[in-house]
This record gives sequence, C-alpha cells and structure tokens, in this order.
Amino acid sequence: MGILELRGVTRTVELPDGSSLDILRGVDLAVEAGDRLSIVGRSGSGKSTLLNILGLLDAPTAGDLLVDGVPLARLSSGERDRRRGRDVGFIFQQFNLLPGRTALENVATPLLYASGKPFWRRERIAAEMLERVGLGARLTSLPSQLSGGEQQRVAIARALVRGPRLILADEPTGALDVDTGAAIMALLDEVATASGAALVTITHDPDIAELAARRFRLDRGVLSPAAAVAGAAR
Amino acid sequence: MSRIAEAGAALGSTVVGAVVEGWGELRTHRTRVLLSLIGVALAIAALTSVVALGGIARQSITESQERSSGRPAMLSVYAFDSVAGQNAPDERLREAIDEATAKYGIEHWSSQTWGSLRVQLTTGAYEVSVTAVDRDFADMFRTELERGRWFSARDETRLAPAIVINRTLWAALGSPDLATHPTIELPGDPGTIAEVVGVYPANVEWGSMEAYLLGSDYRRLAPQDQLLGNTPNYFVWVPPELSDPLSERLRASIAQSLGGGYDVQVNRQDYAAWQDSDPLLPLTIMLGGAAGLLLLLGALGLLTISLVTVRYRIQEIGIKRSFGATAGRVFFSVMMESVVATAVAGVVGIALAILALKNPWSTELISQGVSDVPGFPVSAAVLGLVVSIAVGALAGLMPALVAVRIKPIDAIRY
Repeated sequence: MGILELRGVTRTVELPDGSSLDILRGVDLAVEAGDRLSIVGRSGSGKSTLLNILGLLDAPTAGDLLVDGVPLARLSSGERDRRRGRDVGFIFQQFNLLPGRTALENVATPLLYASGKPFWRRERIAAEMLERVGLGARLTSLPSQLSGGEQQRVAIARALVRGPRLILADEPTGALDVDTGAAIMALLDEVATASGAALVTITHDPDIAELAARRFRLDRGVLSPAAAVAGAAR
Repeated sequence: MSRIAEAGAALGSTVVGAVVEGWGELRTHRTRVLLSLIGVALAIAALTSVVALGGIARQSITESQERSSGRPAMLSVYAFDSVAGQNAPDERLREAIDEATAKYGIEHWSSQTWGSLRVQLTTGAYEVSVTAVDRDFADMFRTELERGRWFSARDETRLAPAIVINRTLWAALGSPDLATHPTIELPGDPGTIAEVVGVYPANVEWGSMEAYLLGSDYRRLAPQDQLLGNTPNYFVWVPPELSDPLSERLRASIAQSLGGGYDVQVNRQDYAAWQDSDPLLPLTIMLGGAAGLLLLLGALGLLTISLVTVRYRIQEIGIKRSFGATAGRVFFSVMMESVVATAVAGVVGIALAILALKNPWSTELISQGVSDVPGFPVSAAVLGLVVSIAVGALAGLMPALVAVRIKPIDAIRY
C-alpha cells in the first residue's frame, strides 16, 4: 500500500469575476515508501497546489486522495493535522526557520506536537538530529547567525526529526549556490535513505530533478512522466 | 486501561507543549509583549486602586456616621408620661434599662447628656461643653482618643473624677503629658479637681473646648438648674439582626419596670436603619466607570498590538501548522499567550496598586479621619486578576480566530 495516492485529482479555484480556474487537472500519482520523485514545472503550473495536497494542507475539488489507502474525506481536520505532523516533513526554499529561536529550538518545534517519549525527550532528539546534519556545534546559534547552507541543514533536521515517511521539499536549493545546493541534496538523499522516507522534490532546476528516480513534469495543471527533463524549465 | 493511559499522556504532553510554546513566544517576543502589557498593567493598577480607595472611603464615611448616630444597631430609649406631660424620672428609667438589658444579655448601653461646666485655667475661667456618658459610650459611638485612655470601671468610684478632654482644651492646659496625671479645676458648688485621663481630636470647624465626663460625676457636679433642664438620652447597642425583636422586648420590659402611664419607645437610630442604598454608590459608579474606561483603552491597545502581531506572525503560524499544529492548538496557543501575558500584567498592576496605596506616605494621606484603616482588600486584588485574565481572553480571542483562519502554505509563502 502506498503512502499517498492521487487518482484523477483536480483542484479548481473560483476567481473574483465568478469564473473558475483548474489549477490541477486529473493528476494521478502514487508515492511509495523510499520513493525519489521530482516534479518540475514553470511558475503557475500548479506545483504549490500539488505540494499542498500532498502535504494534506489542501484537498482536491474532484478525484481521490488516499492516505495509507484511506480517502482524505474520511479524515477529520484534526486527524489530517496529526498525520501531517507525524508522517510529513516539509523543507522550504526560504528555509522558514522560526526567527529568534536557536537551531535546537527550531528542530525541536515539530516534537512539541508529538506525545510520549518524542515529546518529553525533544531536546535530546533534536540535538542528535542536528549532529546528524553536521551542526552539532551550532545548537545555540540563531538563524541570523547561520549561513544559507547551514540554515537549510537546520530545516532538513527539523523536517526529519519526527521520522516522517514522506519528505516534501519545495525548491530546497533555490536560495543556495550550486555547490551548497548539491551538498544539501546529497545530505537530503542520505538522511531520507537512512530513514526509509519517500522524498518528493519540487523544483525549477532540471539538474536537481535529474537526481530523482521518478521524474514528473507539471504543465498547466497536468502531471506527466518526464524521462529526461533537463532544459524543460529553462 | 492502556488506551485511557495513552489518552491521558497525550493530553498531558499537549497541555505542557502548549505552555512551553506559549512561554517560548513570550520569551522570544518579550519587547513586544512588554509594550503591549504596560497599558494593561496600568489599567489594572488603576482599577484595583479605585476599588481599594472605595473601600477606604466607605470605611471613612461609615466611621463618621457611626460617630454621629452610633454603630448598628443603636436603639434609643424614651419614656414619656403623656398624662403628666413629663419624661420618666432619670433614676427610674436608668434602673429599668439596666434591668432590661441584663435580662436580655445586652452588654452595651449608655446615657448621653449635653451640658456645660465652668473650668478654671491659668488664663481664666471658661465654659466648657460637656457630654456626660457611661463607660460603654466610646465603643458604641466609636469615640477615638489621640492620647491617654477612655473611662474605666475604676473611674466610676474614684473621688477625683476622671475627665476626657478635646485637644483644644488640652492645648489651653499647656499640652501636659498625661503620664504626669494633669488635673483640671472645676469650680462651683461643689467644686472639684478632675484628672485628665484622655484627649480626643478637636472639631476643626468649631474649635471650642469640650470634654467627656462620666454621667455619675456630671450629675454630682452640674448645677441643679442645668440638670433639671437636661434630659439624658439613653442608647442600647444590640446586634443588627436582632434589633427588631429586641426593641419590642426591651420596650415591654422597661414599660413594665416603670409601671403604668409611661409611653415607652425603643427605636433604631443608627444610619443603617434609614439608609436603603449604598451612599457611596454614585461615587463607586463614577470611579468604576473611569477605571473601566481605562481598562477598555488598555484592552484596545492590547487587541491592536495582538492583531498586528498575528499578521506579523502569519508565516510562523503557517510553519507550525505544516509541522502538525492543529487549528485548536494554534487557537489555544495564541489565546494562552494573551491570557498568560495579561495575568502577569494583572499581578504587576495589583502590585503597583498595593505599592501606591500601602506605602507610609499615601497611607497617611488617604486614611485621615479613619480609625480602622482597612487593609488592601483581597476582593480588589481578586477582581484585578480576574479582569486581567478576562481582558487577555477577550483581546486574545480575535487574534486567535485570525490565526486559525490562516492558510498554512499561503502563510509560509507570506
């Protein structure tokens, strides 16, 4: 059984003038444990909307989204939030670390929404996670005291600290130089492999997209397989 | 059982998590929090001070009323022979009251006669207003002394009468130390020397020389013509809740002791008997209104800052939602942040009010004329705390609702 499965998913929004716009159209996609997926597409192609739906932050207007084989509609809002916290880890282009909090506090934040041992031992778990991404010496550093690469490492540690089954990376190297971006992707792949999590990378960058085993292209809301996407978004 | 234990553990970590989260917010945004809470703390300080000052003002007015009409419930006793057209003889009425109060276990009663005596001072002879009373009078009418003591049982049997004088007369005597047992000459027939045992505050407006004497001494010293024209008033102090039945029983008992022909009246005469509403109600409403307005302004300031802050924190809330914070958790967190912050501000406000009202300078200023200065009322502190928490909940409600409506991904990209 897949972690997530989209069957003929359509997402429509209503425009201020009363007309409607299909952002996603008939999207079929299955994400299995350990998968490496990349999705490329131009701005406005529907990448963010697809990310929202994969992250249980949005729901399809038509079609089915199955979470562990259970239709999304059957899950309450609270259950979706809890599953998202437990099973999904987000990595953002702009890192989106909480300002004013140390690296350790940032990584421990998702564990505030856990219960049992992960909650009570959150600082230790967060410290171990930062150690894994090579930031064991920067636990008390504030985001403003970290470089872009270091901030993204903190963001990766934060995304993985609850041991998610699905990592959603939205332009993870978009704010980094080429070398740092490559190092970050290598790290992301390494920690995802170690934890057995599926990794879905949404990117403009064809080189980053090439790193994934399964590659897709999103064009005007339609998702299609892309054997070789280099140059597609250029 | 294990399911219940799991649910309990989950609830525990949720509550502790929310507290940790709220504390983290307060710690991270302490400057903003401090700024937003200054208004609330000041408003709570004002509200608490107004309530506490109201308590002191109420005590002051009550004491003033008790000094003039007696402490509740004060019964006045009057016996008149309508056929003969005269009051009951003083001695007989006195005995009848003594008998009746003993019968019903009433501990405090006193006569009160106004008269005057000539007093010989080094600067000449002066007419001094004298109030002749019994020992219990001071307790019944809240007579406060500024030095010395009131009449004791021993004073009723001493040869040289004890006298309690006002400050004007004491000053005219040369302000002697009462430990030296100063005396005052009361010339007349028979004249005598009285020992000054106590001094009470002078009436500032009148500035006249006044004194208290025990009724037995006054009857011995006053000129006969003055005694004939001066009918004593009699007062009996009873518990307010028993004043109605005791009035009737005292009336019947005194009438029986005096014998037929006397119309005996026992009536309540203290301020509480004729006062239906709180005399301080208009003042309380006015001050309460002013404090409420202050609080409203403080709350509005807090609300504005909280709303602006939520807008500023949209991204942060979105990030937390993406990591599993439920809408309820976000709502609770924003609300609790506001409530915890205003509760702290409330405690600070109450502390400010206590500091403002209970320091030696202000205590002296605001408690002039009050003998039993009330402590800082617990009710004022509790009210301040409850109001501050309520203000926090109200001011946090709107931002919390705004926070819940935030769409996570839009917020993250904000």
